[in-house]
Amino acid sequence: MLAEFDTPSDLVRAAQQARLDGWRRMDCYTPYPVEEAAEAIGFHRNKVPLVTLVGGLMGLTAMFSMETWVSVLAYPLNIAGRPTYSWPAFIVPAYEWTILFAGLSAAFGMLALNGLPTLYHPLFNAPNFRDGATTDKFFLCLEALDPKFDLVATRAYLASFSPLSVVEVEY
Amino acid sequence: MATSDLKPKDPDLYRRIDPATGEYRVIAPGQTFKSVTEKIVRIVLTPDTPLGWFAIFSVGGAFATVLLVAVTWLFLKGTGIWAVTQPVAWGFAIINFVWWIGIGHAGTLISAILLLFKQGWRNSINRFAEAMTIFAVVCAGLFPLIHIGRPWLGYWLLPYPNSMNVWPQFRSPLLWDVFAVSTYATISVVFWYIGMVPDFGTMRDRAQSQVAQYFYGLLSLGWRGSVRHWMRYETASLLLAGLATPLVLSVHTVISFDFAVAILPGWHTTIFPPYFVAGAIYSGFAMVLTLAIPLRKFYHLEGLVTERHIDNMGKVMLATGFIVAYGYGMEVFMAWYSASHWEAFMMWNRMFGLMGWSYWVLVTCNLAIPLTTLWSRKLRTSIPFMFFISIVVNTGMWFERFVIVVTSLTRDFLPSSWGTYRATRWDYAIYVGTLGLFTALFLLFVRFLPMIPMNEIRMMLPGAKIGPKITPKAAAKAGD
Repeated sequence: MLAEFDTPSDLVRAAQQARLDGWRRMDCYTPYPVEEAAEAIGFHRNKVPLVTLVGGLMGLTAMFSMETWVSVLAYPLNIAGRPTYSWPAFIVPAYEWTILFAGLSAAFGMLALNGLPTLYHPLFNAPNFRDGATTDKFFLCLEALDPKFDLVATRAYLASFSPLSVVEVEY
Repeated sequence: MATSDLKPKDPDLYRRIDPATGEYRVIAPGQTFKSVTEKIVRIVLTPDTPLGWFAIFSVGGAFATVLLVAVTWLFLKGTGIWAVTQPVAWGFAIINFVWWIGIGHAGTLISAILLLFKQGWRNSINRFAEAMTIFAVVCAGLFPLIHIGRPWLGYWLLPYPNSMNVWPQFRSPLLWDVFAVSTYATISVVFWYIGMVPDFGTMRDRAQSQVAQYFYGLLSLGWRGSVRHWMRYETASLLLAGLATPLVLSVHTVISFDFAVAILPGWHTTIFPPYFVAGAIYSGFAMVLTLAIPLRKFYHLEGLVTERHIDNMGKVMLATGFIVAYGYGMEVFMAWYSASHWEAFMMWNRMFGLMGWSYWVLVTCNLAIPLTTLWSRKLRTSIPFMFFISIVVNTGMWFERFVIVVTSLTRDFLPSSWGTYRATRWDYAIYVGTLGLFTALFLLFVRFLPMIPMNEIRMMLPGAKIGPKITPKAAAKAGD
């Protein structure tokens, strides 16, 4: 069940209220990040930083050990008698790969945690969703999987927030 | 001088100035979520492309064709068609490489560093500044690849197990460059694309034609604007910005190591990393202005890319220009203070030698003109003047690289190995060709992708404020 609001404030108030009233399976859809709405539906922290950290450490380890292996074991070069394990020179590529792996993990980790790409989603069937959700309208969706869900009661409940419209989304 | 002291009789000016700060507004008043979206989307989703676009695109395309011809000839004949030889083994290829990659740096600076510093004004210009970065890196990356002589063996630069049992030399700055530039290109593309995903969602939903819906739908990865997604997205953007910041500083640092690690007078100096990075940002902002000024004019984006942006970019150029000036000053100082006659001769030769004219071009373009005029707010907000300055600084920065590469190499330690350098027509053809390629790519971007980040602009609009007003029902509930 999808309620459409004109302003972000209306959406945040409705979402807070729905959360207070015990709703859990719900989501908000906004044309730009509305942090307050995420707080309102109880979404406080995410795993993207962890994924990024792990990725960065992997890049660092991979490059540094490859450099060491190549320079010490696989292909030792004697350049004016300098030590083969010349770790200060290894810092630069290792640093670059830390950033490379961390950046790719942040980007693709974010997409994976979001479950994207998902080219089809039932919400796109709602008549007004694609018209506004990515432009200028704010949506609150109470999902049928929530135990409190009831086709008639939920519609009335959402209507009590005086939204622009309440529509049922075919699943 | 506050903006409010300026031309007080112009009534239109009041509309464009924010009374709270006395600065120009970042976004002109009267914009709504809808109007911003429509404005940006319409540029892309219009069936009729402006004729001017075709005109400039054909010019850019023609020059890009020159590049194709020149590179083909290069592959057939070898680098002998260039002027590079001993002692100047690094000619236009390296000059252009450093110049292009420097230009790219401003894009990352705007999108990453200014995001971390919460500089809201960056939002209008960051997307096309990032696009500029990517296309500049494309042009830059071309030069080392075609300079290696046998470009089809370019993959030998990478560490991979091969039948020759040979591995790269990880102690060489030239190999560091491979990793720095490839990482920079990859992260820039990822950052740029991730930034566009929600806007692709908007484009998908606004598109009328089936093809456009399909195309932008695929690119948007099915973005639907769930706030959970948005929060992860925001975290990822911040992290990418945090990662791109040290990256942008490291890339030009590593490039300057290519020079600084050599023992050649004029290259062998510790000032190079900061001086290269500042120079990169200096020329990059100049290029952003070169692109932004015509864009806002032709596409009527004056409400989104305002005088405030032009003014602020002028300020950044002023600051980085002074760091560059410090670098030049320090080079002269060290030439004397080192008490090395090689260094002293290098500086004398740079100023008054055979190629001395290029040093004075660089001083005029990088120091004399911009650093005296950019102090004035009146000039900083004068659009024609800023366009002029941007061209001047770009020229000056190109000459800076020319001076560093050529004057040092033509006169090294032994007079018997001195030489000269005179670029051939193929050198020029490739340089002009990359300018054409850059223009053509940029025009394609402007035509097919959203050039201003809609979601970030929406966040800055007055309508995005969360009101403190609580409905009576909620208040009653909260009370019990």
